[in-house]
Amino acid sequence: MYKYDPIDQQLINERVAQYRDQTRRFLAGELSDDEFRPLRLQNGLYIQRHAPMLRIAVPYGLLSSKQLRKLADIATRYDRGYGHFSTRQNMQLNWPKLEDTPEILAELATVEMHAIQTSGNCIRNITTDQFAGIAPDEIIDPRAIAEIMRQWSTFHPEFALLPRKFKIAVSGTEQDRAIVQAHDIGLEFYLDAHGQMAIKVWVGGGLGRTPILGTVIREHLEWQHVLSYCEAIIRVYNVHGRRDNIYKARIKILVKALGIDEFKRQVEAEWAHLKDGPLTITQAELDRVAHYFEPMPYQTLPAHDASFDAALASNPAFAAWVKRCVHAHRVPGYRAVTLSLKPHGKAPGDITSEQMHVVADLADAYSFGELRSSHEQNLILADVRLSDLFAVWEKARAAGLATPNIGLLTDIICCPGGDFCSLANAKSIPIAEAIQRQFDNLDYLYDIGELELNISGCMNACGHHHVGHIGILGVDKDGSEWYQVTIGGKQGKDASIGTVIGPSFSAEEMPGVVQRLIEVYVRERQDEERFIDTVRRIGIAPFKAHVYAEQEVVS
Amino acid sequence: MSQLIQLQANGQARVVEDTWTRVIPPAAADAAVRKQAGKVVLFKLTGEASFTEEQLAQTHIPPTGNILVPLAVWQAHKATLQPRLAAGEIGIVLATHETVEALQAEFADLNQLPLIAIFVERFSDGRIFTLGHWLRSRCGFKNELRAIGDVLRDQLFFHKRAGFNSFLIRADRSAEAALSGLNDFSQPYQGAVDDVPVWRRLNRSQA
Ligand code: SF4
Repeated sequence: MYKYDPIDQQLINERVAQYRDQTRRFLAGELSDDEFRPLRLQNGLYIQRHAPMLRIAVPYGLLSSKQLRKLADIATRYDRGYGHFSTRQNMQLNWPKLEDTPEILAELATVEMHAIQTSGNCIRNITTDQFAGIAPDEIIDPRAIAEIMRQWSTFHPEFALLPRKFKIAVSGTEQDRAIVQAHDIGLEFYLDAHGQMAIKVWVGGGLGRTPILGTVIREHLEWQHVLSYCEAIIRVYNVHGRRDNIYKARIKILVKALGIDEFKRQVEAEWAHLKDGPLTITQAELDRVAHYFEPMPYQTLPAHDASFDAALASNPAFAAWVKRCVHAHRVPGYRAVTLSLKPHGKAPGDITSEQMHVVADLADAYSFGELRSSHEQNLILADVRLSDLFAVWEKARAAGLATPNIGLLTDIICCPGGDFCSLANAKSIPIAEAIQRQFDNLDYLYDIGELELNISGCMNACGHHHVGHIGILGVDKDGSEWYQVTIGGKQGKDASIGTVIGPSFSAEEMPGVVQRLIEVYVRERQDEERFIDTVRRIGIAPFKAHVYAEQEVVS
Repeated sequence: MSQLIQLQANGQARVVEDTWTRVIPPAAADAAVRKQAGKVVLFKLTGEASFTEEQLAQTHIPPTGNILVPLAVWQAHKATLQPRLAAGEIGIVLATHETVEALQAEFADLNQLPLIAIFVERFSDGRIFTLGHWLRSRCGFKNELRAIGDVLRDQLFFHKRAGFNSFLIRADRSAEAALSGLNDFSQPYQGAVDDVPVWRRLNRSQA
């Protein structure tokens, strides 16, 4: 992974000093609330229901064991002994004290970490595929460009105060796992007709109040121009994005208002001035950064391992875990492992300091000391030998990190919601927990098969509910908490936005509603059809009919 | 105490006396509060008019000395102000919702102006940075570029990198204290008006 040189380190150290002074001035009354707000937000600090929340950047989801241990220690010392992985691959601490945040950032800086631009109206943490560099379906590893873009966007002087937040995702796979179409800018890497790395540029996607998938603004962009092209897009947005209405301030609204053709015309006119200028990435700079993402020193291994095969045959629990939590790897004899942060009945994405230490130890022992966070809020050991899988499973299971539910109904994506977030309309974590309890039968879960269930506590959609096969959104009705249900959303290359099935439900009804949706699926499915396939084939009407019909009988 | 910080040619910044007098149109008669989605609108959209004709007609313009006038005031009064432009007494204020094109339409050669100021009504309006960028890199403006309005220490580093070389700090804050904000970072990553990207600036390969 990328390692800081003295330039990176100095910048982070200077940021800590700057923020320390800003916090001091705020506490001394020299900065007003309004003046301090963007400063603290751009350092990841929110003021939440109970306490501030600090969001720590995990650039494109890559962490070292050393960094995870530091996060564990910080969570113990400055928080309540746990952290939460967010849908943007970052870590959130729910209970730090404002006064302590400069010290926390200083601690983070010692392990090449920070909280820069994890919030606020600026370019946010760039996200990507959790299997970057190892996925068999990957065409291009986008991490070197992602790192170059991280540096470019860090304290970008022109884009420090945009109309609204700005999210970029990069992906270089057949099957897009980074939801590039749901981002302000999505960069899809591919090899062009000349065998060169090129980029398809999507713009104006986003979830939130007005969910919309992005539009292609450029089919073919040579990688050298990615900074200048993004700069052109964001410059047009900075000047013309709506600052008069927070709900209309995202770039997607501008793209819609102008139409993609006119927006593209403006971007290309701007780009004409920048193309081939100093922002053009040199081969030397790409090489310098790409060097940090070279393949791990893999052993030459056979494609099969006898001890692994034996364990698989004799131990059904292990076999179940392998089926759900172990993923293909491009190198023979290696696998990627997802450590589930979704045990049934616990807040999705939460991890205790003790568990962080366990994961760090596992990474050191079995996966070259690195790990990744995914936007599905799990952790990944990317490079485990087949022969080590059993040992990894035993240790992970002892630490509660081996729930074999990855990709299943209980692998719920869930935002912090009303328990923590001051913007929430409704709680989301208790809904996730109740659904997990309702479906706490692994055989049944396996029978239901692949299903993505996403929950957001308000229309800001941090839980990506629009792209869940089943999406749940907390809504406010006369001051009480209700839940609106969508089905048919999907991430990936064939992404879609879910459709609302009808009037919303109370919290108590929710597990039953999900149950009824599943009943329709089980009744209607053909062959190997997944839930989403059935919804796409038969439409929402049968689901709607069953969910609401039974409800009338019951009540 | 002056509120004006100026970057000297050697890169040092100092608090200096302000030799320019700002011309400010009187407040509008019907200052109705605009709302959007239940919230007071804090920012004008790019391209919105800045002043009513009435405001412009009633604007008092000092007869002598260096004056800093809003673009709309210049447009309304240019017949009388033209000779003073030739004498180097006119600086123009562009608001963040106004466009560089509108400025260029008035002044074929922007370097006739010894001073252009960008007025930012709220510090969180990042359009000021793009305007600075355009004036320096696209329009070739070489003279003094000043940030005025809600100008605060914690944005100065960005202003500087966007091409500004003077900064009129908001009246209730100390300009002396704000000086340090110009040097928050020693080696920024990205290119900007003032420099190329770090990987063109320095040799990073030995790391
Ligand atoms: S979706 Fe809403 S409730 Fe959930 S974390 Fe985001 S802002 Fe908070």
